[in-house]
Amino acid sequence: MNFFLETLIGGLLAGTMYSLVAIGFVLIYKASGVFNFAQGAMLLFSALTFVSLHEQGVPFALALLLTLLVMIIGALLIERLVLRPLVNRSQITLFMATLGLSFIIEGLAQGLMGAQVRALDLGIEDIPLFVGEVMISQFDLIAAAVAAVLVALLALLFNRTRIGIALRAVADDTRAALSIGINLNRIWQIVWAVAGMVGLVAGLLWGARQGVQFSLSLVVLKALPVLIIGGFTSIGGAIVGGLIVGAAENLAEAYIGPLIGGGITPWFAYFLALVFLYIRPAGLFGDRAIERV
Amino acid sequence: MTTTTARLTASFDDAPLTLVRRRWPLGLALLLLVAFVALPLLGDDYWLNAILIPFLVLSLAGLGLNLLTGYTGQTSVGAAGFMAVGAFATYGLLLRVPGIPLPLALVGGGLIAAFLGMLFGIPSARIKGFYLMVTTLAAQFFIEWVFAKFPWFYNYASSGTISAPRLELFGYSLASPVGRYLLTLSCVVLLTWVAVNLVRSQTGRNWMAIRDMDTAAAVIGIPVDRYKRLAFAVSSFYLGIAGALWAFAYLGTASAGSFDINRSFQILFIIIIGGMGSIAGNFVGAAFISLMPIFLNHAGQWLFGGNVDAGQLQNLQKILFGTLIIVFLIKEPEGLVRLVGNLRDRLRTWPLRF
Repeated sequence: MNFFLETLIGGLLAGTMYSLVAIGFVLIYKASGVFNFAQGAMLLFSALTFVSLHEQGVPFALALLLTLLVMIIGALLIERLVLRPLVNRSQITLFMATLGLSFIIEGLAQGLMGAQVRALDLGIEDIPLFVGEVMISQFDLIAAAVAAVLVALLALLFNRTRIGIALRAVADDTRAALSIGINLNRIWQIVWAVAGMVGLVAGLLWGARQGVQFSLSLVVLKALPVLIIGGFTSIGGAIVGGLIVGAAENLAEAYIGPLIGGGITPWFAYFLALVFLYIRPAGLFGDRAIERV
Repeated sequence: MTTTTARLTASFDDAPLTLVRRRWPLGLALLLLVAFVALPLLGDDYWLNAILIPFLVLSLAGLGLNLLTGYTGQTSVGAAGFMAVGAFATYGLLLRVPGIPLPLALVGGGLIAAFLGMLFGIPSARIKGFYLMVTTLAAQFFIEWVFAKFPWFYNYASSGTISAPRLELFGYSLASPVGRYLLTLSCVVLLTWVAVNLVRSQTGRNWMAIRDMDTAAAVIGIPVDRYKRLAFAVSSFYLGIAGALWAFAYLGTASAGSFDINRSFQILFIIIIGGMGSIAGNFVGAAFISLMPIFLNHAGQWLFGGNVDAGQLQNLQKILFGTLIIVFLIKEPEGLVRLVGNLRDRLRTWPLRF
């Protein structure tokens, strides 16, 4: 029983990291209908920028601020050079454009800041915590807390500010939002900047866990099943989906893995997503899409 | 009334003719002559091994994916997975079925890949777009895992790799670069010919109808689900044979890692850059993708006199590819093949335009 609980909790905490990545997707998807494959590359880029600055002796807070600035400039550039010329094109076209974008960002990140693995120390000591007899990783717990704070901040932004209301209007009905004078390009810039910030937080947490390296950009592939399970348009769904994927992956590896040879984490999440697709194609919290002819 | 009917029948009788009637251009015959005779005679081993064989195999893989994505409109990011199936299945057939000739093993590998492709294509009946991409990603990772995990597939080799088995045809060994080149070329020419006719036929037109609007296709009586599954199967057949050729004619020794997600993206890029829904586009795209790194390498050597870092060159290449993809999507969604066509039209009417 203890082993089960440990696996479950470990999985749930790892799942919060998936959620963090997925939230970045949902933000962009809601506002512009783009499935942003470059989210993983943005994660890598922000983490690498931060580490490089920190290594140069820039203090923590200033490095964080500078990285944020870089991400905002990046968002402005992406909106201007990629999204605006592709407006009104099919979703698959936009997806492929972000695939190209991810190549550019990865190339830039590694070209400018090197490809070797960088250690990132956030000053969190990873001492295992014991609740009863169940061992919990303290780092994961703090990461989960950070994720919770981030989600709360996003909720505030979305519900209490003028920008947030405009964002929701665009997500709800782009044409209506345009007609009442909401500047769509500005909204896209903001959304990509916010997604970049979420990417930064996720990148720092993932980076502290497994080192800042190229494989960071691959977490993007894990976000797809999370989104399928949670729904493409719901931040709550992204969180729940991340938790489900994290927990299920850990449990499957522990209990099903030994039966069929182990190492099943790379694909288990996708099969879980497929099962969900058959039962609830719109995801747990997603908008039930209406197909128009 | 009768005259109208007669005229109608007459015009319908004409219709298939106009579809079938094609120019049999001298250029094509010349191209085949050069490819089959001149290149093996003139090309040295480096050209055949490092440039022509991978170019041809990538063209074939692009062709396979294009049938599914460009013609039927089903986005797949699991192309390399089905290539792996073809490679491992062909290997298994050559190893375990005594005396099986190479062409039969290739076809068998392709058929096994086709069956698996159809299996993973079943969800396409209910889901599309990004959701379908999840199925193909699942296929990609699952297949990679299977071929890395179960030693039976690579005959319990301690390295986990499969290596080129007897490459021979009617007693002739095809192990030399020229032999492998001719094997690849024959496969590619044959399968391209089939593909050209396939997309021209009822099947191909049904696929394009589904791509353009599946609801409308269903309304005019096309069995949408069946044709989607067929597209998955045919596409995987092509990919399977391309995978087998990639493993045995090009690499020589392959493992599950040779067919990872990056290979899938590479093939997707071939069809984006070359041209979606175009047969010739695959060749243009594959030529671009396989020549670009070589060109960059030489340009780097020439510009910086040999002291350029290989890693940086690779990063530069990534940035360049990414930029090109975005530029193509913005400026010319129909790909390089359309640019070439435009250029040809421009030249034909040169110096005055219409």
